[in-house]
Amino acid sequence: MKPASFSYHAPTSVDEAVALLAEFGPQDGRVLAGGQSLVPTMAFRMARPPHLIDINGIAELAALTVSAGVITIGACVRHAAFDSDILPGRTGDLLRKVVQNIAHYPIRTRGTFCGSVANADPASEWCCVTAALDGIVVLRSQRGVRRVPAAEFYQGVMATAVEEDELVVAAELPMLADDTRTGFVEFSRRKGDFAIAMALVTYRLENGAMIEPSVAIGGAESHPRRLREAEDVLRGQKPGGAVFAAAAEAAAAAIDPMADFNNTAAYRRGLVRTLTQRALESAE
Amino acid sequence: MTAEPASIIGASVERLEDRPLVTGRGRFAGDVSFVHQLHMRIVRSAYAHARLKAVATEAARALPGVVAVWTADDIADLSPIDFREGPNEKLAPFRQPVLAREYVRYAGEPVAAVFATDPYIAEDAADLVTIEADELDAVIDASIPASEFTAGLTTEPTVCRQGYGDVAAAFREAANVIDMDLSVGRHSGVPLETRGAIGHYDAARDVLELHGAAKVPHKNREAMARMFGRSTAGVHLYEGHVGGGFGVRGEIYPEDILVLVAAMRLGRPVKWLEDRREHMIAANHSRQQRHRIRAAVDAQGRLIGIDDAFFHDQGAYIRTHGTRVADTACGILPGPYRLPHYRVDAHFRLTNKTPAATYRSPGRYETNFVRERLMDAIALKLGLSRIEVRRRNLVSPEEMPYERPLVALGDEVVLDSGDYEGLLNKALERCEWDRLEREAAERRKAGEYVGLGLAMYVEKSGLGPIDGARVNVHTNGDVEVITGGASVGQGFETVIAQVCAETLGTDYRRIRVVHGRTDRIEYGIGAHATRATVMTANATAVAAGKVRAKALDMAAQLLQTEPSKLTIRDGRVVNSDGSDSAGMPLGDLAHHLRPLSSTRGEREPGLAAEGWFTTSHMTYPYGVQVALVKIDPGTGGVHIEKMLIAFDIGRAINPMLVRGQLVGGFAQGLGGALFEEFQYDERGQPLSVTFADYLMPTAHEVPEVDVLIAEDAASTTNPLGIKGAGEGGIAAVGAVIASAVDDALGGKGLITQIPITPQALKAIIDGQKS
Ligand SMILES: Cc1cc2nc3c(=O)[nH]c(=O)nc-3n(C[C@H](O)[C@H](O)[C@H](O)COP(=O)(O)OP(=O)(O)OC[C@H]3O[C@@H](n4cnc5c(N)ncnc54)[C@H](O)[C@@H]3O)c2cc1C
Repeated sequence: MKPASFSYHAPTSVDEAVALLAEFGPQDGRVLAGGQSLVPTMAFRMARPPHLIDINGIAELAALTVSAGVITIGACVRHAAFDSDILPGRTGDLLRKVVQNIAHYPIRTRGTFCGSVANADPASEWCCVTAALDGIVVLRSQRGVRRVPAAEFYQGVMATAVEEDELVVAAELPMLADDTRTGFVEFSRRKGDFAIAMALVTYRLENGAMIEPSVAIGGAESHPRRLREAEDVLRGQKPGGAVFAAAAEAAAAAIDPMADFNNTAAYRRGLVRTLTQRALESAE
Repeated sequence: MTAEPASIIGASVERLEDRPLVTGRGRFAGDVSFVHQLHMRIVRSAYAHARLKAVATEAARALPGVVAVWTADDIADLSPIDFREGPNEKLAPFRQPVLAREYVRYAGEPVAAVFATDPYIAEDAADLVTIEADELDAVIDASIPASEFTAGLTTEPTVCRQGYGDVAAAFREAANVIDMDLSVGRHSGVPLETRGAIGHYDAARDVLELHGAAKVPHKNREAMARMFGRSTAGVHLYEGHVGGGFGVRGEIYPEDILVLVAAMRLGRPVKWLEDRREHMIAANHSRQQRHRIRAAVDAQGRLIGIDDAFFHDQGAYIRTHGTRVADTACGILPGPYRLPHYRVDAHFRLTNKTPAATYRSPGRYETNFVRERLMDAIALKLGLSRIEVRRRNLVSPEEMPYERPLVALGDEVVLDSGDYEGLLNKALERCEWDRLEREAAERRKAGEYVGLGLAMYVEKSGLGPIDGARVNVHTNGDVEVITGGASVGQGFETVIAQVCAETLGTDYRRIRVVHGRTDRIEYGIGAHATRATVMTANATAVAAGKVRAKALDMAAQLLQTEPSKLTIRDGRVVNSDGSDSAGMPLGDLAHHLRPLSSTRGEREPGLAAEGWFTTSHMTYPYGVQVALVKIDPGTGGVHIEKMLIAFDIGRAINPMLVRGQLVGGFAQGLGGALFEEFQYDERGQPLSVTFADYLMPTAHEVPEVDVLIAEDAASTTNPLGIKGAGEGGIAAVGAVIASAVDDALGGKGLITQIPITPQALKAIIDGQKS
């Protein structure tokens, strides 16, 4: 469990980093962020990047800012940043609720939000959050800046819109309105494991009826996404058991679940039904 | 022995071994290094079953820093790895070669060994070794008909059979027959510290040393000396700290042999540390069995007979234990119940998976699950409570010692002492069983999936027949106890010191306990089969008793009194009546007993003695476990609301350590019940090779455990009256969790295999709803 040899680069600016990526990206050079996914795969020699471009020394990527209703999460912001209450508002509350489900605290002090987004594990909570909130992933290369909406960013199991010379510099999330209700529930066999399935819901109320509903599912399919079918069931209805159950049923019907050795598609579908309903019931 | 004011046996004193461990100054295998050492990396088969055509090593050899690359041809003179209990002609063809030759039989089997100047280069070189082979069909199910192992030999090397009485007649006269098909999943001990071995040949002394040894250093020394044709005087094993043993550490594996042979042939020390992935596919697996069991029961629910045929999935080869796990399973299956007629056939089967052997509570974890499922099924069939059916079958205290014409670990089964129903009553009272049962029923009625489970079991411990220890008082009063025991982290040093301190009348903190070193004592039993405390502590008590007598004798001469008027308190010989307050320190007496001392007289030099303890039978602690669980019907997840372990160990030397053993064992047992499983796909590829796929329970999953330590039935097989505690926590966890989960599902006998997965539970619950 010793990684294969590699060259290590430690840029101190984004310009320097993207220059290195332009050179080494095409040779399977990789960005090293928190290392919590990349380093284990290197130890197993499942990944053998000949070049590592360590972005941890780039000060401009460490910022977590809120302005004009947008939260900008720099590439070096760790998961653990969301364990505390530095982020205001409903989005802050949601991220604080979600982060408890990501791995264990020591891992959260290293792993990054943007690393999770770039890594695009089907069961990444942050990927599910960006999908649910229609976040934007900001990419930079020597060719320029691209701003890719979450719905276009995730393309498959650990497959994204990131080109080999591009660096994820930030993820942007909207500040949810103060009356937004949010619910998040996931299931894994042990606490801290990647989830077998998860559901994230948000909605607001207008005259007692649900508006702007978002229902996103993670873990069950190749990548997280919003399910319009379930949202349509909620929109305009009063919150309550029957409509939540119908939305959960619609979510379960809409997905094309992955199957693996321990989790059949049918089991995942059943979980999505349960978790969607619980996310809706617990939304506050 | 004069009774001392406060007995240290029975006191929960602090562990002696913790200082280096908690200050990061312990010495684990990874901490052992020698100058000029080489690092070994094993090239493992990616095939589960294949005929080897060629192993190409040229590219690896050409890498700078690589000193040698070996395949089977380079060590053709080495025999396959032998059985610990000596040669066995019938099983010999199924032993594992040190490096695969002709065939590979499991994914992970060592095919080549690379020796290089650093571990990175060794791993780079290992990647360059290519294996050319023709893949063959893999056998992954031990219960299908046996196939060919090799020309003339089948994948069923033997059938272990035990039994007594007339089983056919039992079934003829039975009022009820219960029939079950029960399976236990493949899992094993996964210690925090993986295996490690450092081979060092000291040419100056002509001694071959193995560092990183564990569990059974003395036995392994004998076996290794046999394999290498060396005298045991020229082979020494050294145990350091051991980061968890659980049965899998300390057996002789191919890697141990390779580092030793390489150390001799390459003329440099050789270090090997197992990585986690290797551990998952190379260290012994355990547990996997499928039982087809039938019980003949009378109209009152009393067992008349059991007829069991089980398939034991041994994996690819027979390792050092031979058929021990299957044999033990046969011998121990009846547990605490009266069983007039019994027949068991253990089909010992080879498959294309990692070889299996013992894991904490081998043969009992499996059979406790099987037997207790059966008892629940009998209760269900006869409409009796699960408690009542057990009461009707328990062996009573009046029947002790209770002989069974069965054998476990090569020892006739004689249940030495026990009040099984008494412990059952204590456990029921402690957990308020009636209330829990009532509440569970109410909650079920309200739609919750809540269940209460119970399991009873008999453990075994103190496998003999003999062990020795030496006690030596130094002239400053410090005491050394030299044992052939081993420490796998269980607190061995502390309990041995406590026993020695009790006899010798000295502070246990002034006692050093030596273990795991073949160069300090000629014989030793190590640490396995929950024997260390029973055997080594009793031997220590004998040796310490002799030292005590010698000290009193010497002191009596110096004080001009009778030894019988003296005793030892706080490390000083004093008058038993308390009349002399100063007394003589043991260190001074040791001084008087030096070889050159003029006061020694005709006595043997040294305030030291050797003691031996012999026993003809094992001793049998016993337990009751109770669990209250709740299933989440939406996910199939299981939450444990309450857990009780009641365990009678005769006499607890250190209750805190007993507790630790029971709770730690429980955590591991929970793994086998709900989480841990080494899975394989249909081609025999291992699917559980990291901690992301092999799910060990963590602090989040392990509930608070209530522990009731009983001391009602002292062992009659040893003077201290002790029984072992090492395996009592784990032994019945599969059984009790299965019982509770089944109860939560309505008590219909639906749980027939472990581990119980959320997916399976959700399927059952969804099925019940529709
Ligand atoms: C035991 C354990 C449990 C875990 N459980 C969970 C869990 O429940 N949920 C969960 O979501 N995650 C979990 N993780 C993963 C963890 O959250 C990782 O931190 C995360 O997946 C990756 O973030 P990182 O910063 O560590 O990225 P790294 O490991 O450094 O990189 C991951 C990949 O993304 C690429 N990358 C990283 N940053 C950038 C960037 N800025 N631009 C372009 N490419 C980039 C890297 O090149 C690499 O390919 C777990 C990890 C462990 C070890």
